Amino acid sequence: MKENSIRETSLEHAGRNPVLDVDSVRKDFPIFTQAVRGERLVFLDSAASAQKPLQVIQSISECYESQYANVHRGVYWLSEKATEAFDASREKIGAFLNSPSSSEIVFVRGATEGINLVASSYGGTFLQPGDEVVISHMEHHSNIVPWQILRDQKGIVLKVAPIRDDGSIDLEVFGNILSSKTKFVSITHVANALGTVVPVKEICDMAHSAGARVLIDGCQAVPHCEVDVQKLGCDFYVFSGHKLYGPSGIGVLYAKEELLHQMPPYQGGGDMIESVTFERTSYADPPQRFEAGTPNISGAIGLGAAVDYVRSIGLDKIAAHEADVLGYATECLSGRNDIRIIGTAANKASVLSFMIEGVHPHDVGTILDQEGIAVRTGHHCAQPVMDRFGVPSTTRASLGMYNGRDDIDALIGGLERVKELFN
Amino acid sequence: MSDLRELYQEIILDHNRKPRNFGDLPGCNRTAKGHNPLCGDMVTIYLTIENGVVREVKFDGKGCAISVASASIMTGLITGKLETEIRELFDSFHAFVTNPGGQELGDGLEELTALGGVRDYPMRVKCATLAWHSVIAALDGGNDTVATE
Repeated sequence: MKENSIRETSLEHAGRNPVLDVDSVRKDFPIFTQAVRGERLVFLDSAASAQKPLQVIQSISECYESQYANVHRGVYWLSEKATEAFDASREKIGAFLNSPSSSEIVFVRGATEGINLVASSYGGTFLQPGDEVVISHMEHHSNIVPWQILRDQKGIVLKVAPIRDDGSIDLEVFGNILSSKTKFVSITHVANALGTVVPVKEICDMAHSAGARVLIDGCQAVPHCEVDVQKLGCDFYVFSGHKLYGPSGIGVLYAKEELLHQMPPYQGGGDMIESVTFERTSYADPPQRFEAGTPNISGAIGLGAAVDYVRSIGLDKIAAHEADVLGYATECLSGRNDIRIIGTAANKASVLSFMIEGVHPHDVGTILDQEGIAVRTGHHCAQPVMDRFGVPSTTRASLGMYNGRDDIDALIGGLERVKELFN
Repeated sequence: MSDLRELYQEIILDHNRKPRNFGDLPGCNRTAKGHNPLCGDMVTIYLTIENGVVREVKFDGKGCAISVASASIMTGLITGKLETEIRELFDSFHAFVTNPGGQELGDGLEELTALGGVRDYPMRVKCATLAWHSVIAALDGGNDTVATE
């Protein structure tokens, strides 16, 4: 009952205001009740992992307290309850992505496993030596390394689409890379180190015209904008639960049903079979075929609760609110000769990566931490894009729905401390 | 701010602004690279060793204030020292920065003591020890990259 009352509070606020009410949202996240180093927590690292609302935390507790058993196995009441909750979560996620059928939703550990699954199962089966796979220059390592492994195993050719100096993709240049040899395009929806929103719909259309399949890494997109896999027309879409205010260790691979049916299993084990003898095993239909072993039951249920939560707030409101805060942050840091923003594309979401003249990001991160401000410093698992901009690392402030302009004011104040100390 | 002054003492900020013995060393007979995968920082150490004594040392690379200052301070301390003395110095420095109640460093090591602030920042200990790990690798004769992870 408590869960419902909290959600209603948020909705009530949202209803009163055309924009998202940050104070009300923050009340849903228990982490903000504690002080960090004696200061109010200013959490600006949601692109690495988002904080969790009570609704998600409670759904996981409830799973273990009153409905826990293994799924798809027992005939007893508790197992039925657990299976129901687990399957309901798959339905919720299917609806969240507007997937035509929930059997196109495969539970994985995270986006990383989703990409590895596709590279290994689809790539390992349908790509031939000499076939070209195209990625962009601003991919996370998780959308580079699986394709390099496939390249080394199968002799495919990995091509990298360049980005402009502002971190955007030039579609004309991208189109020139595609040819009849291109069989697969694997590209980010929103770049984690730069915040660039990639025109994935156009890229899907171009890739399909060239005869290639498309995977979209949606980790940094699903928490910030509506995603409709049917409108995008993508063949595969992956995201991680923990960046969508859900638990870690659970993620989603959406794949077109016809493709899942053609793909061989990624791992073998229990729950993914139809029948097993020592001579021959027949595999279950998708999505179970790709979910060997006991799944992350509470994780899947928690992710379902996270999807419910995000939808109750409304992604349109979240997007408008975050755009306002990002715009404010960009305005505050622009036009200063001591700060260089890395990633200045016209269409960005949630991420502000920057360098302070003469101060290493790690020092910036430590100084900000003293004021209770959490930012990510480093290469953000995207070293090639760091090389592209000639920096070893950046300081990255990234937003969640709970961030407001007050967090940006705190950040700017913290950066003044950095300047004081280093000048 | 007072806690930060403890970490970023003037000695450290000064070494960061003006690193000593920075650059390459033509004719050196030992070299090793250090890499911190956490932040992507790299340091390269160049040594000229004669009869077991470090005659000259230089370093280059990019890093945070702690790692640059640590490398700079280290180059001053190990010049003219025997290999065995350098290994002993590293052992006591390592113990000093990793044990909260660790033994204080002796006389003549005030600059090294200034790096003690990292004891309160476990994530930053690697920054303070990167150059030292690289020197030990160079002394061991390996030309491989050593990583802090």
